[in-house]
Amino acid sequence: MSIERLCRLFFIPFMIFVLAGAAKASDMALAEVLEGLKDDSFNKKKEVISQLETIDDPRVMKVFQQMLDGDLHFQEQEPQLLVFTAKTDDGLAVTAVVSGETLGVVNKRDLNKVKVNNSLRKDLRAAIAKLSLNNKDSKVRRDAVRNMLRDIDSESVVLLRDRQSIETEGLVLDVLAVGVAIYELGSDDASLRLAAVDILGDSLESAARNALLPLVEKNENGQYKLEDRELRSAAIKALARIDAKLKYNEWAETIYFGLSLGSVLLLAAIGLAITFGVMGVINMAHGELIMIGAYTTYVVQLLMPNSIEYSLFVAIPAAFVVAGLVGVAIERGVIQFLYGRPLETLLATFGISLILQQLVRTIFSPLNRSVETPEWMSGTFEVNSALALTYNRGYIIIFSLLVFIALLMVLKKTSLGLHVRAVSQNRQMARAMGVRTGWVDAMTFGLGSGIAGIAGVALSQLTNVGPNMGQAYIIDSFMVVVFGGVGNLWGTLVAAMSLGVINKVLEPWAGAVLAKILVLIFIILFIQKRPKGLFPQRGRAAE
Amino acid sequence: MKQLDGLRETMRRDRVFNFVQKRQTMALPGTRPVHDGEVDVSHGPILYLEGVNVAFDGFKAINDLNLYIDDGELRCIIGPNGAGKTTMMDIITGKTRPDSGSVYFGQTMDLTQMSEHEIASAGIGRKFQKPTVFPHHTVFQNLELALQADKRVWPSLFFKLTGEQRDRIDEVLKIIHLDAERDLAAAQLSHGQKQWLEIGMLVVQNPRVLLVDEPIAGMTHQETERTAELLTSLAGKHSVVVVEHDMEFIRSIARKVTVLHEGHVLAEGSMDEVQRDPRVISVYLGE
Amino acid sequence: MENRSFIMTLLANDKAAKWFLITLVALAIVVPFCNLMVPADSPFHVSTYTVTLLGKYLSYAILAIALDLVWGYCGILSLGHAAFFALGGYAMGMYLMRQIGDRGVYGNPDLPDFMVFLSWTELPWYWQGFDMFWFAMLMVVLVPGMLAYVFGWLAFRSRVTGVYLSIITQALTFALMLAFFRNEMGFGGNNGLTDFKDILGFDLQSDNTRAGLFIATIFFLGLAYVVSKFVVNSKMGRVVVAIRDAEARTRFVGYKVESFKLWIFVFSAMLAGIAGALYTPQVGIINPGEFSPLNSIELVVWVAVGGRGTLLGAVVGAVVVNFAKTFFTGFAPEIWLFFLGALFIFVTIFLPQGIVGLAQQLLEKRNKTKTATPKAEASV
Repeated sequence: MSIERLCRLFFIPFMIFVLAGAAKASDMALAEVLEGLKDDSFNKKKEVISQLETIDDPRVMKVFQQMLDGDLHFQEQEPQLLVFTAKTDDGLAVTAVVSGETLGVVNKRDLNKVKVNNSLRKDLRAAIAKLSLNNKDSKVRRDAVRNMLRDIDSESVVLLRDRQSIETEGLVLDVLAVGVAIYELGSDDASLRLAAVDILGDSLESAARNALLPLVEKNENGQYKLEDRELRSAAIKALARIDAKLKYNEWAETIYFGLSLGSVLLLAAIGLAITFGVMGVINMAHGELIMIGAYTTYVVQLLMPNSIEYSLFVAIPAAFVVAGLVGVAIERGVIQFLYGRPLETLLATFGISLILQQLVRTIFSPLNRSVETPEWMSGTFEVNSALALTYNRGYIIIFSLLVFIALLMVLKKTSLGLHVRAVSQNRQMARAMGVRTGWVDAMTFGLGSGIAGIAGVALSQLTNVGPNMGQAYIIDSFMVVVFGGVGNLWGTLVAAMSLGVINKVLEPWAGAVLAKILVLIFIILFIQKRPKGLFPQRGRAAE
Repeated sequence: MKQLDGLRETMRRDRVFNFVQKRQTMALPGTRPVHDGEVDVSHGPILYLEGVNVAFDGFKAINDLNLYIDDGELRCIIGPNGAGKTTMMDIITGKTRPDSGSVYFGQTMDLTQMSEHEIASAGIGRKFQKPTVFPHHTVFQNLELALQADKRVWPSLFFKLTGEQRDRIDEVLKIIHLDAERDLAAAQLSHGQKQWLEIGMLVVQNPRVLLVDEPIAGMTHQETERTAELLTSLAGKHSVVVVEHDMEFIRSIARKVTVLHEGHVLAEGSMDEVQRDPRVISVYLGE
Repeated sequence: MENRSFIMTLLANDKAAKWFLITLVALAIVVPFCNLMVPADSPFHVSTYTVTLLGKYLSYAILAIALDLVWGYCGILSLGHAAFFALGGYAMGMYLMRQIGDRGVYGNPDLPDFMVFLSWTELPWYWQGFDMFWFAMLMVVLVPGMLAYVFGWLAFRSRVTGVYLSIITQALTFALMLAFFRNEMGFGGNNGLTDFKDILGFDLQSDNTRAGLFIATIFFLGLAYVVSKFVVNSKMGRVVVAIRDAEARTRFVGYKVESFKLWIFVFSAMLAGIAGALYTPQVGIINPGEFSPLNSIELVVWVAVGGRGTLLGAVVGAVVVNFAKTFFTGFAPEIWLFFLGALFIFVTIFLPQGIVGLAQQLLEKRNKTKTATPKAEASV
């Protein structure tokens, strides 16, 4: 039910937009050409396809695609609208091709399929390739070429060469060159073949590497199948070049993943670094404050379903305030009675974490909630063909550093920061100097909790939001703070990033779980060696 | 046995060069006489601190400190705040390791190589600046815990107090005037009484050296007098090192006074000599 | 001899201990009798379900004593004691798995079902010997003991204390949980070890065996109590409390603090292992969930509720809290976590001495007024 409602909410603005343009003349023309597809004759359809190729309209592409997949239908009854279909559990969900109107879910029997044969399929593929090769979006063009790389014949290479002559985008040109080179590997001209190997050796496309591999294949006796020695050694060199680059890329990717994991850890731990490091309070409910931040994001998106794009900018301050207030409540309600008794604080805050978890379970249900990712955060940034970095991770790295710097500024430059440092160094003296220690405690705790809330916003973009999500981060966060050295924000930064990278470096050969275990063991051993962390505070005051 | 004695002979710090001696301790770590309680004081001093340096984050708490305590001596150490008095005690008892320099107990025991409990068992007792006793144990139990005995785990598990040991505790209880409070939890004692109990715990350990950090803080005048009496009576049998701020108290017990300033010995001598020393006056009164 | 005389003096001097031991003996007689001899329709009949439930509580009580020794007496708040419990449980579980023999689903005489399922061909080396009861029982104490020894040796030597220690113990049990969840570890992965058939030849489903396990649990609880009491009352126990109250002082008095901590920790881990070994056959399953950090922390609450630093408090806390848990989860599971959370907060803030501590205070007050009134009468 709710899905339906959601669909409706989502589609109403879309439909309004589509209906408004329905009367446009181009629609009439398109509809007219499309009529021909209802014809039984394959030749007629062939004609229609070549006609459609000339029409610059995004709907054409979909028509081709659906035709190729056998999803394009027209209605049995008048007005026999041509429709796109998508399979659902109840039947086929139908959308009119021209108007874009959704026509509900119907039985297969009420529709006629637009039939295709092999010859048509070939035409369709070529048409799709040609259309996408000439698409305005360079990314679409590039993907189209990539799709063609798998299977290049004399016909498709013509398309590629045509495009090569007019293409301006460098990245697309690279892939086009690879396509042509793959074709030319089969050429009779030795110099052309050598040039092709050289081009392929510069590319990181997996198709390029695959095209080179047969050149260095060996038979059962361990001898090379290819007799052309010159070409063979060129291929071996080219492959070595590719592999070296791939390795390099792999490391870059691992480090990127490591840093992004590290920044998640940093976000989760940095609030703890304040409450634990500066105040000496063990807050086991820290993970639940992260969870509260994530749920705040969820609620914000529920409240503004039409502007998901901006929801995060609302959610960040909202999460900070909500989690911060909960933090202040925890401090005033429980922790202030327990200063100087760290183990008791640990127990009491653990109780709070249980209550918060159960509260969320009761209010939102125990099931995970998914938070939507705004469009600007999804997608990838392609450094080269082998290395694609997802945007959301990049944003989180930047975001965590921003939060870190902001926090550093708050502690260094504001009067709250001054008071916090005073209280953390000498509570009695600070009180004697007229600092309201109770107020400072509450504010510090609120600050740390608020940052946990912000961490929750970031995490909601990476994982599912559920009542148990806080649990997953609490031990890691403590490890980061302890590893970095208590009371040292820079230590927390270094520790978070290095733990993130270590984890991701270990993962490929140890597996995710074992990597985690190894890191935990490493930290346990590390604490034995240096009980005060990477950057300890020394001297009598530290005792 | 003879060989062992010979070995010890070669390890006497006064007869070998420092570097030779060091290599030997490294090669033969087990040959340190720790549980013997045999402290070689044939050359007079029982504690040697030579060229000791300690720095905390660049701040030099102890700066080329040279200090010798004679066997059976009562030594008072004074100095302004931050002079390094407590850090010095930390170094002797093994709580802080010096960055450089040597610390010896008698001729043979290198204190920088020993852990706190080894140092304590070897015969150096310490009273903290802030009185620390075991609050949930009775006064009697506090003394029983401190009593000289085999302090390893298994012997402790099957430990039974002998009549002799009981008498010894009773004796000390009388010395520290806590006989009536023997079954009271230490937490219930007054501040002064806790100081006394801690001194009692030192005495019952029967150490060769007592390090006493600010013993009369929080004591009444009468208690102070008694403490002075007790400390002077302990000297002779034990070496006693007292750190104190109260000049009057120092004057009442001191035979020899050492003035520490910025982690360094500024002056040494009798109270009168020290008080006449212009450097000491400038440190205490300011320029 | 030493022990017997100790028990005698304990019975003579410690009223609470005397009554506790008498209660245990009474339970050991009455419960199995009411289960086996009294007909099912009688109001005095105790169902097998209840017997097993009580047995579970009492094995938890042993675990609580174990934690109380390190936390209540030595001040080491271990948030990883469930790990030792679970290891003991797994050691017992491995014995019970081997006892299944060819009665498993796959009928393999040597390999437990889950190994056949993973298409393993031979028993891993660490499963060897677990078909012998004595060996398994040795492992029940040795494995947790060794882990505690290695971990404690590293931790105490480098003076990791307080919350740091708590957190790395938690990390320890968390790491173990992750490890035991892995199928490749060879401990049944997610599902753990279950479908046990019999123990020492007795059918685990029969009421008689259940009653026997119940009596064994009571016996070990009594033994754990008496031995722990002996440790606590010895000079070693006093040193351990001294370490809790003033660690530096203890060191400067001449005790090697890390050794004392290490041995009390190892002893406690072994007790926890025994508790786990008693738990597994009664509950019929042991799985990686037992390693979960939450379990360790719940355990801390039992001891806190009962009153830390008193062995009796640990027992009372374990039974009371678990009874409450059974009660609440029965009719409203969601309330249980609210209740447990509130209990954490309430006990730490308002009842730091726990139930037994409170009872002691009340008793002392009553005794004072009692001794005060006769005097008043005499003066009249």
